[in-house]
Amino acid sequence: MERKTPLYDRHVALGGRMVPFAGWLLPVQYSGVIAEHMAVRTKCGLFDVSHMGELILRGKDSLSNVNRLLTNDFSGMSVGRARYSPMCNEKGGVVDDLIVYKMSDTCYFIVVNASNKDKDATWISGHLAGDCTMEDASDRYAQIALQGPKAEIILKKLTDKLPEKNYTFLSEGNVAGFSAIVSRTGYTGEDGFELYCDSKEAPAVWDALLEAGKEEGLVPCGLGARDTLRLEAAMPLYGHELSDDINPYEAVLDMFVKPGKPDFIGKTALETAKPVKRRRVGLEMTGRGIAREGCLVYGGKTLVGHVSSGTFCPYLSKAVAMALLDVSCQEPGTSVTVDVRGRSVEAKVISLPFYKRTK
Amino acid sequence: MSIPADLLYSKTHEWVKIEESAATVGLTDYAQEKLGDLVFVNLPAVGDEVIAGEPLGDVESVKAVSDIYCPVSGSVAAVNEELMDAPQVINETPYEAWFIRVEGVTGQEDLLSPEEYEAFLATLEKEEE
Repeated sequence: MERKTPLYDRHVALGGRMVPFAGWLLPVQYSGVIAEHMAVRTKCGLFDVSHMGELILRGKDSLSNVNRLLTNDFSGMSVGRARYSPMCNEKGGVVDDLIVYKMSDTCYFIVVNASNKDKDATWISGHLAGDCTMEDASDRYAQIALQGPKAEIILKKLTDKLPEKNYTFLSEGNVAGFSAIVSRTGYTGEDGFELYCDSKEAPAVWDALLEAGKEEGLVPCGLGARDTLRLEAAMPLYGHELSDDINPYEAVLDMFVKPGKPDFIGKTALETAKPVKRRRVGLEMTGRGIAREGCLVYGGKTLVGHVSSGTFCPYLSKAVAMALLDVSCQEPGTSVTVDVRGRSVEAKVISLPFYKRTK
Repeated sequence: MSIPADLLYSKTHEWVKIEESAATVGLTDYAQEKLGDLVFVNLPAVGDEVIAGEPLGDVESVKAVSDIYCPVSGSVAAVNEELMDAPQVINETPYEAWFIRVEGVTGQEDLLSPEEYEAFLATLEKEEE
């Protein structure tokens, strides 16, 4: 039995096609995946991402716990900064990827994937030490993402202060008079904001944003566009580019692993993980076909890996994929073939990301 | 929901125009709406045999692949190349976006009249509620 986010009625009223996702009912699209994708790249889109989890660590020892649980280094971080990190198991595989917001020296707000929320809550609370507690605040918070070149112009109509730089946030921000954590983060490759507000106030915040964004061309966007956008921007998705059996180096997340830290879960395993034998690469389909998740990839007659995510990218107008391939095939320009439903389709390795915004 | 009067329909949402022993096949308005934005089409080659009730090819939306079932048996006489470059035409004008023309039609699936197809769609809408 799927759960409804606080914005369910809004989606239905807007013509959203509701589908089950990670235990929730969410819109896969409203007007169409392509139109919504293009709106985010050229104007602005609005996403309900309330299904994501929010776990709050509090206490004198919260920093040491965060640093022990995650591969990135969180010391020397200012209040009001957000930082991305994988969370690894003892084998160096990824339990989840997440974003940590430093609220204060004794409070860290962690946002995790909806599909992993319960797993992460159990994992984190089971590994806490010292003066540190964890609250699963997921039900208290709704999350709305405003993404696109017009995001700032739109949000400025509803608030007098917003975070200026990427990966910074205001813990005591407000949107249309409602308290909200306002963060300059996103999962689309565009400029934008993620707004965390009280679940009960989410419909009012949503309505205010749609109204304020009307003349800028703001449209509601569903899960379909969320996936094509993040794929075009080559952002990893847990369960595809990341999993219990894939380590951060294989996923090309080296810069989010700090092996110099005194200790963290997975440190020992990761010390011997390099050089990796397989790596996440970008593929561009050169033959006729769309590579999809699970398709096998061949270099000549040899199986060299599989596709972790693939689709037709609306903005770039081409079929691309991310694949986990043997390092012998990782050089951009390498020719491979992908088995697409029994047909052998040619592709070539290209460097990531596929799309990068220009400003 | 558009259902032209001069066509016949399958329960898998293909339309077919039968003229003497030739048939032209496409996807209905209901199908294109359910499938969403189409970005890719895989069609058979001229000369291929098609069998009523079997897939003749497939269409791909951003998210998924769906088979197109041939309403008639026969031999592929023509393939609409335009669809390969512009699959969005299927969404825009589903009854002009023909996929293949079949000649030497030897058999067909149980096909619905426009009225029967409309009634069929009504039962589907009811199920979805």
